[in-house]
Amino acid sequence: MPAEIYLNVAVSGILTGLVYGLMALGLSVIFGVVRVVNFAHGEMMTIAMYLAIVLFATLGFDPLLMLVPIAIVLFVAGYLLQATVINKFITRPEHSQFLLLVAIAIIIVNVLLIIFGPDAQSVQTSYSFDSYQVGPLIIDATKLYAGAAAILVAIGLVAFFQFTTLGTAIRACADNYTGAQVVGLDVNRLYALTFGLGAACVGAAGTMLVIIIDVTPALGPAYTLLAFVIVITGGLGSMTGALLGGVLIGLTEAIAGLLYSPSAKSMFAFAILVLVLLFRPQGIVGKRTA
Amino acid sequence: MTALLTVDGVSKRFRGLVAVDNVSFEVPEGAIFAVIGPNGAGKTTLFNAIAGEFKPDGGSIVFAGEKIDGLSPDRICRRGVGRTFQIVKPFPGLSVEDNVMVGALLHRRTPRDAREWVHQVLERLDLHDKRHQLASALTLPDRKRLEVARAIATEPKLLLLDEVMAGLRPTETDRMVEVFRRLNKEHGVTILLIEHVMRAVMALASHILVLHHGAAIAEGAPEEVVRDQAVIDSYLGAEALI
Amino acid sequence: MIKWLFDGVTIGGQALLAVILALALAAPLFVDDYLLSVFIVTLYFAYTGQAWNVMMGFAGQLSLGHAIYVGLAAYTAAVLFVELRISPWIGILAAIPVAVLCGAIIGFLAFRFRVAGVYFAILTIAFAEFARIGFDHFSAVGGSAGLFLPVASYAKFDLWNLRGGPEMFYYLILVMVIAVFLICRALMHSRVGYYWLAIREDEQAARALGIDTFRYKMIAVLVSAGMTAPAGVFLAFYHNNLFPEQIFHISQSIEIILAPIIGGIGTLFGPIIGAALLQWLAESLRVGLEAVGIDVPGSKQVFFGVLLLLVVIAVPEGLWPWIAAKFRLTERKP
Repeated sequence: MPAEIYLNVAVSGILTGLVYGLMALGLSVIFGVVRVVNFAHGEMMTIAMYLAIVLFATLGFDPLLMLVPIAIVLFVAGYLLQATVINKFITRPEHSQFLLLVAIAIIIVNVLLIIFGPDAQSVQTSYSFDSYQVGPLIIDATKLYAGAAAILVAIGLVAFFQFTTLGTAIRACADNYTGAQVVGLDVNRLYALTFGLGAACVGAAGTMLVIIIDVTPALGPAYTLLAFVIVITGGLGSMTGALLGGVLIGLTEAIAGLLYSPSAKSMFAFAILVLVLLFRPQGIVGKRTA
Repeated sequence: MTALLTVDGVSKRFRGLVAVDNVSFEVPEGAIFAVIGPNGAGKTTLFNAIAGEFKPDGGSIVFAGEKIDGLSPDRICRRGVGRTFQIVKPFPGLSVEDNVMVGALLHRRTPRDAREWVHQVLERLDLHDKRHQLASALTLPDRKRLEVARAIATEPKLLLLDEVMAGLRPTETDRMVEVFRRLNKEHGVTILLIEHVMRAVMALASHILVLHHGAAIAEGAPEEVVRDQAVIDSYLGAEALI
Repeated sequence: MIKWLFDGVTIGGQALLAVILALALAAPLFVDDYLLSVFIVTLYFAYTGQAWNVMMGFAGQLSLGHAIYVGLAAYTAAVLFVELRISPWIGILAAIPVAVLCGAIIGFLAFRFRVAGVYFAILTIAFAEFARIGFDHFSAVGGSAGLFLPVASYAKFDLWNLRGGPEMFYYLILVMVIAVFLICRALMHSRVGYYWLAIREDEQAARALGIDTFRYKMIAVLVSAGMTAPAGVFLAFYHNNLFPEQIFHISQSIEIILAPIIGGIGTLFGPIIGAALLQWLAESLRVGLEAVGIDVPGSKQVFFGVLLLLVVIAVPEGLWPWIAAKFRLTERKP
């Protein structure tokens, strides 16, 4: 196969991977701070995707323009979820928390199934079929915009955590739960805030993803798993790791889809996950704890 | 008397902190050997090294003629070393009897075979009446006794006791001392214990080793060690002699 | 023997058990085919739940990919039957080792490389997904189009090849559930069982008592996988078709764990109670919705999700311990 095809597929994979990275970033933030394994992560993203579809169908708004409102909706949902339900589970055994979110995931997927049905739905924007030519590369407009949006949101998030007092407070909680409390931080509120941020992240990723792929309720669990693969590969708790991992997985998926069959591409993601879990569980960027 | 346990030049550091610094001693078979010293002296770290929780950075540990440093805790236990944990670790969801049963099953094939022995151990530690209670429902002194019972159930040749008297009332302490004395005299179990409760140490120990900042500062018979000036300065204080 | 069997169960509990057993044995005489199929589903999940329980409830390892053992066993026995006309009773002798081997790989990778807790769960999910996609592309056994077993006529009763009506399958799964229950009970009272509990409660303390935790965790995984295998064989011959999308799917794995979680992890009656409750409530829901004119795919799952949520929040030990205490069905000696 001529090199251009590989190149095109690779670029496409990287751009999609940036969106994956953003999605995984949300998961990483949640786990890094609240230490809860959000097994309903992908399902929350599908909520955002369906919201985008509905808004597009009824009001005609481009999903990327809806990014902020949808992210806010997800933020509120995430905040409430953490504040009302998940907070009580912080002290419970790990598998208890996990199962709580499994239950929530099941409910989300099937409610969406009931409302929207199993058939794939998509958003056809005015630029859905446009592409840009850069030398030998042909880049889909949708992927370009999505990738760019992902980078912007990611930068915004990183800036928030580095430069704002609130962001620093959250990082303090992550580093030292008791210490943060002793200093007078309202840890529960900060946890809820963080979960909300993680949810907003994934909501934003959803609005980007919806212009690239078709949506079905079954996407939820698939993306939850993908998010985990990315986060573990990149390094749990590391923001750069999540983005790098996303790009890596996006790239792998794209190339694998080209060389084998498109439906087999997730097999490679899982193979990578197994390898990482075995040989470098702290991920590419992560630090070995203890 | 031959040495059952030989600790030779053992050291362990955690990042910058030297927890155990070139400690050597021998525990004769049949002895009751006490390790004392201020908090942070490295006593539990030493125990953990002997019990196999980690490999020492330097030195060697020989038990019953064979090197055990670097072996996993379960292999060391199977060789005949039993231990208690300073912060007790009972199996909370199991009954007292079942807790001890787990220990007893080391050398017995089935629970049925082990039951007789389990009851004997429970009797010795005054836990027989409480044998059906959940371990999570026990008071601290009872948990300590359970911890000891469970370790004894594995029929060790060497028993490592980590501050088992802490938090016990004097009568309970005396009762425990009696248990260990009998274990040592009648059943030939060699005992290595970490203790702060000097009452128990003086009642039981045939040898004492004093650690301070990870290093051995005194060793010998109890009467000598408690009069050692370095020991008095670092740990005991003059009142201990009274 | 009888005493050992009923040790810990009160007279009231024993009586109840006898009544339920009698009813279960007589059921096909009184009940229509549809209800019988509901019973079969219930017993199937009681069975798989019990097998899963060994890994989780006893050894404390959360497996969310148990469907892989069901699927591998199902395909092994089915292929042997379809291609070589080998009876499932022989086929199972191949299916169990296949499942056990898979368990051995997962267990070895996990325990050797210290993959525990949530990471272990994710590892099991990854393996099951890998199998699902793999079999989708495995055209030799039908791929995503599925594998079909030749179906004999309805009335024929062929136990050797498992061709026949629902009554045959009902009694078969009933016997399987009873057998696995007795096996688990024996295990719980054996040295292995005690060691598993110790590992579940406190792995470090277990090691200090001479328990080779790697070995016993592996045994739990192998036993659990091997016990799950017959369920796969059953499924293949009961439904007469296999689709990777269904049999390896994560929703299968989740449905397997629902019964023991709701009923009570680590208990013997938990999976059975849980399965019964789940199916009974699900059926009632379906009937209720049908009466109102709603027939929507996904409603049953939403219900399961809500039930799981409620149990995890309010009754984390599962319903069986609560029921047993309230109705005094088991005794704890003072």
